[in-house]
Amino acid sequence: MPTMCSHDGVNKAAFFKAIGKEYTKEEFEDLCFDFGIELDEDTSEDKRPVVDGVEVPAELKIEIGANRYDMLCFEGIAMNLNVFLGRQTMPTYSLKMPADGKIQTVTVKKETEQIRPYFSAAILRNIKFTKERYESFIALQDKLHQNLARQRTLVAIGTHDLDTIKGPFTYEALPPSQISFAPLNQTKTMNAEEMMTFYEKDKHLSRYLPIIRDSPVYPVIYDSNRTVLSMPPIINSNHSKITLDTTNVFIDITATDKTKLELVNHIIVAMFSEYCSEPFTIEPVEIISEHNSQSRRVPDVTPRTMPASAKYINSICGLSAPREELCNLLKRMCFTATPSPTSPDTLDVSIPITRADVLHQADIMEDVAIAYGFNNLPRQLIATTSFVAAQLPIAKLSDIIRDEARASGFVEVMPLILCSRDENYAWLNRPDDHRAITLQNPKTAEYQIVRTSLLPGLLKTLRENKRHPVPMKVFEVSDIAVKDESLERKSRNLRRFAAVWYGKSSGFEMVHGLLDRVMGMLRGAFVTREEGLEDIKGVEEAGKKGGMRYWIEAVEEPTFLPGHAAAIFLRLGAGGDGKEGSPVRIGTFGILHPTVLKHFQLPFPASTLELDVEVFL
Amino acid sequence: MPGTRGPVPVPVQNGDGDLTLQILQAVNEHDIVKSADTFPNTSQTVIKAALDRLASRSMIEYDTKDSEEVRLTDEGQQIVAEGSHEYKVWDAVRQAGRLSLKDPVLATAAAKAGQGKAFKNKWVKKDGDALVPLTDAVTDTTRDDLQYVADHRAVRRADDLKELRKRTLVTTLKVIAYEARKGPKWALEIPVEVTDLTADMLADGSWEKATFKPYNFKALGEQSPGTGALHPLNKVREEFRKIFFNLGFTEMPTGRFVDTGFWNFDALFVPQQHPARDLQDTFYVSDPAEAGPPGPDPEADAALAAMEEEDRDEESSNQPLTAPPTRTLDYAQYYQNVRSVHQDGAFGSIGYRYPYTDAETRRLVLRTHTTAVSTYCLHRLAAHPRPCKYFSIDRVFRNETVDATHLAEFHQVEGVIADYALTLGGLQGFLRRFFKKMGLVGLKFKPAYNPYTEPSMEVFAWHQGLGKLVEIGNSGMFRPEMLLAMGLPEDLRVYGFGLSLERPTMIKYGIDNIRELLGHKVDLGFIERNAAVRLDKA
Repeated sequence: MPTMCSHDGVNKAAFFKAIGKEYTKEEFEDLCFDFGIELDEDTSEDKRPVVDGVEVPAELKIEIGANRYDMLCFEGIAMNLNVFLGRQTMPTYSLKMPADGKIQTVTVKKETEQIRPYFSAAILRNIKFTKERYESFIALQDKLHQNLARQRTLVAIGTHDLDTIKGPFTYEALPPSQISFAPLNQTKTMNAEEMMTFYEKDKHLSRYLPIIRDSPVYPVIYDSNRTVLSMPPIINSNHSKITLDTTNVFIDITATDKTKLELVNHIIVAMFSEYCSEPFTIEPVEIISEHNSQSRRVPDVTPRTMPASAKYINSICGLSAPREELCNLLKRMCFTATPSPTSPDTLDVSIPITRADVLHQADIMEDVAIAYGFNNLPRQLIATTSFVAAQLPIAKLSDIIRDEARASGFVEVMPLILCSRDENYAWLNRPDDHRAITLQNPKTAEYQIVRTSLLPGLLKTLRENKRHPVPMKVFEVSDIAVKDESLERKSRNLRRFAAVWYGKSSGFEMVHGLLDRVMGMLRGAFVTREEGLEDIKGVEEAGKKGGMRYWIEAVEEPTFLPGHAAAIFLRLGAGGDGKEGSPVRIGTFGILHPTVLKHFQLPFPASTLELDVEVFL
Repeated sequence: MPGTRGPVPVPVQNGDGDLTLQILQAVNEHDIVKSADTFPNTSQTVIKAALDRLASRSMIEYDTKDSEEVRLTDEGQQIVAEGSHEYKVWDAVRQAGRLSLKDPVLATAAAKAGQGKAFKNKWVKKDGDALVPLTDAVTDTTRDDLQYVADHRAVRRADDLKELRKRTLVTTLKVIAYEARKGPKWALEIPVEVTDLTADMLADGSWEKATFKPYNFKALGEQSPGTGALHPLNKVREEFRKIFFNLGFTEMPTGRFVDTGFWNFDALFVPQQHPARDLQDTFYVSDPAEAGPPGPDPEADAALAAMEEEDRDEESSNQPLTAPPTRTLDYAQYYQNVRSVHQDGAFGSIGYRYPYTDAETRRLVLRTHTTAVSTYCLHRLAAHPRPCKYFSIDRVFRNETVDATHLAEFHQVEGVIADYALTLGGLQGFLRRFFKKMGLVGLKFKPAYNPYTEPSMEVFAWHQGLGKLVEIGNSGMFRPEMLLAMGLPEDLRVYGFGLSLERPTMIKYGIDNIRELLGHKVDLGFIERNAAVRLDKA
């Protein structure tokens, strides 16, 4: 499950300027490769759209790992690469109180627990936006909303021009009829109920409405004049919206997940405090949330510390680097690490707020390996143990049958395991036995259930091969699955063997012959029904009679032409206990009923064989 | 012709039978027979076929002679029959005694051409507006020369050819002629031939005197009727299995398309809000509704135990079996461990710190990877922690929008290696060995992200045809959060690596649409004709 998330393009010229070099495509690809990101696209050679008479600048589209929220924007990618290249050191983020010393406060009301309980905030003071910075700021919020915030369900961000509003602020939850404001880019004031209707058809916003729609109260943020800042996670107010000229930005963050709440706060302030008049400073906000003990000053930009064992890192990387060297390698990955003064093996690693992906010293170890270069690591394979290969018994058995079917002139096919309910039941004239595993969310109607028979796939294969000369002989040895309430997974796979003979005549004897061939190869002796049902007393006699016996009996089933279908019965020979198995029906063969042929759009007659394989294990 | 083996007399009556006999007759009479002389009216292709038939049986030998022949044009033939144009002018003037220039006899193009020649030959002269003869008798050399051409298919004097061709009285023709003579197996008659050696011939000894019909070595052989074939993807799968077996891997029991949120995701430290768990990506099961709590799978355990039994004697060489620290697997404890490592952090990890939902673990899914099975097998290992190598190749499901490179189903090839003191470079070394067996060399490793491996490495190989590095698989070392929650010891590290079965097959065979490889739309002809799979051969 290598999950990568695709990145919007960054301006190529500006990006190369930011990382200090005009890279050739190959050079840049190599840099990305070493760092573990991927240059997906470079549009400099493409024909790009023209906006206002000017061709859009060339962009680099870069893919990043899905856990690197600190690389979702231009600023983050550039910073990480600059640190990796040794062009800059990781910035130190700090809090800076407002000039008047009066910290902004947000009081969280208990009612918010019903819908969206957690609140965080931050202020970016004296920020200087340009068109590019502004667009990147908006795009980062979008990306966080989509990825980490799972479509705003977990976290939602609102940004405001602090100079248009006045603290202290309150975060409340009120009945929708009582919330009223002009939403972003609208002049008309509406209440929240009206907004729900208004945005129903909005392509972008409609998908977020269900997050709060049915709640008796909606979350809302007010300033001291009861001016609405936003109604998360749907929309901000038009009144406090930020523009290119905004210099003081108030960021509100609401969440249902405490961890991701602060993570989002960290990412936004880390990425954009760079543009404040005093770079990398953030003005904190006091959250007053007594009812759930969440009162605190946010954001906390203190780096986390995590001890890491040099022995552990060296041992997995196959290195024997002294601690100082490991610390230097970690510096290139945005960490500040020092050899612990108290413990001879420990590195004290300080993890910046941008690196929420670091959960365990394993993550630190990996970053050492990346900084050292994956392709520079000593590549020796240490073999401490010898192993003996073993083949899965069911695979071995399946291969015997596959080989016999192939040698009998049948062609192996591999249809899909998912199919429609009709294909599996109605088209075979079979009643729905409700044993099939049903899918909840397939994207196409073609996939409704997991097949309970191999026949639909084989017959569809024949249908798609009408231009192939007849007779066509196909087979498959593979799994079906059925419900089984007795098991943890409430279902089980069953290995089956099925074959179809399709031609100008039915081929009934041919599939019968194939059955006999396969049974013969599995040392089954063909007997009459009477011989099959007769108990053979004692192990000795069982040996004489040849152990496993099979016979066939005519059956009438709507899948088959009347009088031309047989059930296959098997009686396993005596085991170690000297007792014979009881007779079991293991399969069926017959001439397909003409209506079945019609369902599968097959103009020629066909005979099919399908049987259980696992019984022979 | 299929099915006509056995003694069959060569047919002598398909039109040219007479000709072969005539050739034999002619060769018998004259030691050397020139086709152009003996069979002047038979076309060259027919002659050659007859000669070949005899020569292939070594009855005769022949040489091919290329030559150039001169032939009369229609005009030339007319001159041979009626005399040259100049002759005809002279003759008309002679008969008339005096012929007006306006006489219609002299108006034709031929007569105009003839006049000039007749003047030049001093046969006639102009007398006012009429022609009068100058002689009573002439020799028509033009006609004589053409008569020579008609008789000899060549000009009398080599110098004349150009002039005659210019006057369009003759043309030249390239002619292939043959000179035949007796061959080593000379006979006057074609013997009865047999096409094949039969049991009867062996029984009655007639094979000794039989003449065998020559075999056509320029044609394809006969296909056995109704030959079966194995599916190309399964052929590639078989090659992979052999590679794994050669490297000492044990096959994992993957017989469960349906797995639980717990085994497919949670146990792999995939957080419950991970996008991979979205309805957009994963098939969820609506019926049956919900899984039971995690527990042992008796069938899988039995299969694994049966295979390990085979391994028992060997194990002692490196792994002391003296008092194995066997413990009973506690699935409830395992579940709690997984829960706390997600929600609160444990085993040296701060965890994801989100409220863990039990219901998510019970959701049934179509497995999105066979790693769900590897996880089961690794947890089982905790009962008796020891080095092991497991692999599987089986079907997995993704709720994809189907296109040329995506199907909702594909096959995952996966291997895990558990051992003490494993290093990241060791994994690279192993993968180099593994992929070399598929003919893939020049491996490079790229850092990647995967929720359950750390480090994670994408594997790239140099593709000669494309002239660039192509991604061939994923690999990594399973996270401590996953392994320690199982109860495995800290120093037992585990490699994991995987790739799809379809992708290398598509690269190898130049297939660009996955639907031509898997599913019911695959062409049966393609399956029947697909070559044997030899991954180590370029």
